Amino acid sequence: MRLVCIVCPNSCLLEVEKTDAGVKVTGNKCKRGITFAIEEVTAPKRSLTTTVRTVFENFPVAPVRTNGEIPKEKIPAVMAYLKTVVADKRYKAGDVICGNVLDTGVDIIITIDMDQEG
Amino acid sequence: MADYKAVVIGGGPAGLAAALAAADKGAGTLIIERENRLGGILKQCIHDGFGVIRFGEKLSGCEYAQRFIDKVKAHPGIEVRLLTFVIDIKKSDIFTITATSSRGIETITAENLIFANGCRERTARQVNIHGTRPAGVMTAGVAQNYVNLQGVLPGKRCVILGSGDIGLIMARRLTLEGARVLGVYEAKSTPSGLTRNIVQCLHDFDIPLHLSKTVKRVFGHGRLEAVEVCSVNDKMEYIDGTEEIIPCDTLIVSVGLIPENELAESLNIPLDPRTRGPFVDQNMMTLEDGVYSVGNCLHVHDLVDYVSETAETAGRAAAGSKAPRELLDIEQEGFLYLVPQKLDLDSLAPETVFYFRTAMPREAATLDVTVDGEVVFSKKYQNLKPPEMERVEVPLSPKKGQTVKFFLSGREVK
Repeated sequence: MRLVCIVCPNSCLLEVEKTDAGVKVTGNKCKRGITFAIEEVTAPKRSLTTTVRTVFENFPVAPVRTNGEIPKEKIPAVMAYLKTVVADKRYKAGDVICGNVLDTGVDIIITIDMDQEG
Repeated sequence: MADYKAVVIGGGPAGLAAALAAADKGAGTLIIERENRLGGILKQCIHDGFGVIRFGEKLSGCEYAQRFIDKVKAHPGIEVRLLTFVIDIKKSDIFTITATSSRGIETITAENLIFANGCRERTARQVNIHGTRPAGVMTAGVAQNYVNLQGVLPGKRCVILGSGDIGLIMARRLTLEGARVLGVYEAKSTPSGLTRNIVQCLHDFDIPLHLSKTVKRVFGHGRLEAVEVCSVNDKMEYIDGTEEIIPCDTLIVSVGLIPENELAESLNIPLDPRTRGPFVDQNMMTLEDGVYSVGNCLHVHDLVDYVSETAETAGRAAAGSKAPRELLDIEQEGFLYLVPQKLDLDSLAPETVFYFRTAMPREAATLDVTVDGEVVFSKKYQNLKPPEMERVEVPLSPKKGQTVKFFLSGREVK
């Protein structure tokens, strides 16, 4: 099967073949393409970026991201969970707001300093 | 004596990097920012993929900006005026800036000016969409501001026109937030955005991409009720009989960015019709001595990492002492554009950094640089595409009166 690698902007077109010996990948310009292709055909993963509500009128939402990749099929569940999360203090960029979100082993981190004006 | 050695107009990634570089060299520097926070458009770019070249990690736009904001705030040589808007600049032996803010009208003088005021989005009215003027028609950047800064979902059933990266990223973002994205329409026969964004923003969420189709008309009074889409041929003409009405409450247009140069034009600074930004030398100085242009007002970049790099070049130069320039035009062939367009022979470094876009997709391409017809530098490229900006370092030391030419050749890809 054919896949487009999403690791970097090169967007390599990968040819992926499942054999008895494992997964054979061609078309990749770097070794990250092999890891991506194997994961993509076995257990696809994505990073997630979104926002969470805050209690601050002048900063209604705060940007967050996963600090690693989570299984692709868990994205709707993580989004639904993050709708219930409220940032009730002025976090700094890099602070963890939810550790090990939904047992994925990945944390949700704030990506901006919330103590700025506005 | 001017108030500041360098005044930077715009507190986005370009302005932040330029100010830091200038102040690190000892220049008293002021950043003027019209919004209430530093960071520019990166404030609302919550998605990741920023900083891979500069920091070797995949940051969100907000995190990338934060790294520069932290340094700016800690720097004793930089002052910042927020919620301040420049309305006029006059030139004498120094520059006199008139700005407006809640403090009233202020006058600020500067030895050097650095324009870092970004670009603006092309609107629906600029791409010939006909019909009524209902609410619910907006650019991708406006939609991104609603969702990512204000926490408001601008619509429930959305059609996106334009397959540039911002449009694709907004298709994913709106879907994650619970809106239904009915489809992305692209008048050209190939998508404009990166293939990885087609995959991770559209395919992952089963959002259809319709190529060679555009939005012809909008319907609705008060609020958008529907759009009419239509196929187009390769001359971008509507194909009769292919019209289709799609009920929706939101149309998001992501149809290109235009460098913002109203202030530069008021100083009669010549603009390159190819970039729509000022002509600059390798220090990013425009044809007006002491005026620099960096970031997306110089030309629209795809990677912020390069915005920071060029802004730092300008910042360092603005901190130096003024000297007369010996400018040499660079001739070019085969490019959509090439920056810088001029060389100041009196301040050449051993290598000069150039940024370019090919005029058309090419395979097995070669960049040749000649001085008086003799090839002094050559580089091969497997693939070149207009949406992907290239960066190249070229050792160049031409003399006054010589002819420098950049030539791009290679098989054109249809």
